[in-house]
Amino acid sequence: MKARIKITLKHGVLDPQGKAIENALASLGYRGINEVRQGKYIEVDLAEQDEARARAQVEEICKDLLANTVIENYAYELVK
Amino acid sequence: MKSAVVVFPGSNCDRDVKVALEKVTGGPVRMVWHAETAMPATDLIVLPGGFAYGDYLRTGAMAAHSPIMRDVVAKAKSGIPVLGICNGFQVLCEAGLLPGVLMRNASLKFVCRDVLLKIEQTGTPFTSCFQQGEVIRLSVAHGDGNYFADRATLEALEADGRVVFRYVDKAGQATPEANPNGAQHNIAGICDAQRRVLGLMPHPERLFEPMLGGTDGRRIFESVLATLH
Repeated sequence: MKARIKITLKHGVLDPQGKAIENALASLGYRGINEVRQGKYIEVDLAEQDEARARAQVEEICKDLLANTVIENYAYELVK
Repeated sequence: MKSAVVVFPGSNCDRDVKVALEKVTGGPVRMVWHAETAMPATDLIVLPGGFAYGDYLRTGAMAAHSPIMRDVVAKAKSGIPVLGICNGFQVLCEAGLLPGVLMRNASLKFVCRDVLLKIEQTGTPFTSCFQQGEVIRLSVAHGDGNYFADRATLEALEADGRVVFRYVDKAGQATPEANPNGAQHNIAGICDAQRRVLGLMPHPERLFEPMLGGTDGRRIFESVLATLH
């Protein structure tokens, strides 16, 4: 089972990299872009086949290492 | 006085801080590889500057889970002073010994220059040789020094007097212009509730003798020596 994990900055946390991408898009002439936020995507291949146990494990590794919950949120989906 | 400097893969200020500690304290300095599991007997632990694990995932995130860190946390909790400089500050935050996190500089640029700092707190082992409110000069060199914590944490840090160093101008004012990285409240360094664990972004070891262009950094190491004796 694979976990597809997305880590994003919490709302209200300044994202200077997202802001720089936003400015670059504007300077390239793209219009109608309200805001850009940058995040991370991490794929973890799990040996666990049971969905509930896999979910518990992913929660734990997100909190323990993958995300810093002071500034980041995480979300994930499990795929077979 | 015995000191120990933790060396992570990617540390690059470890030998500078060793020289500074040897010259100022006159005592032995042990270099402790991150893969070791127990700290030697020591009066001070330093986490040096650098780019531990290449800053993978987040600055300090991998280093905070190094084998040696379990014992660093235990020693810190037992009251041994721990000093985290630059990347070391980032590691202390990721390890949960200090609150908050150091984010990418608001300018997105690496800043490498001298800064002025106000001594906000002299009641720590690292600042006992300074005057309250004194303005000193140290140098910074970082890409991720933008201190961030939620409002409740910031208020608690301020109320408890745990903001130890703040970026200021010549008049001692914490202005946006004096802030090199966008840190909240112009925070350059904080300590834990017991005032034994200190993290700061500027590098005291880079200005610790006249040959280097300044001596204000020396007084941080002198403070530890004075406190321990």
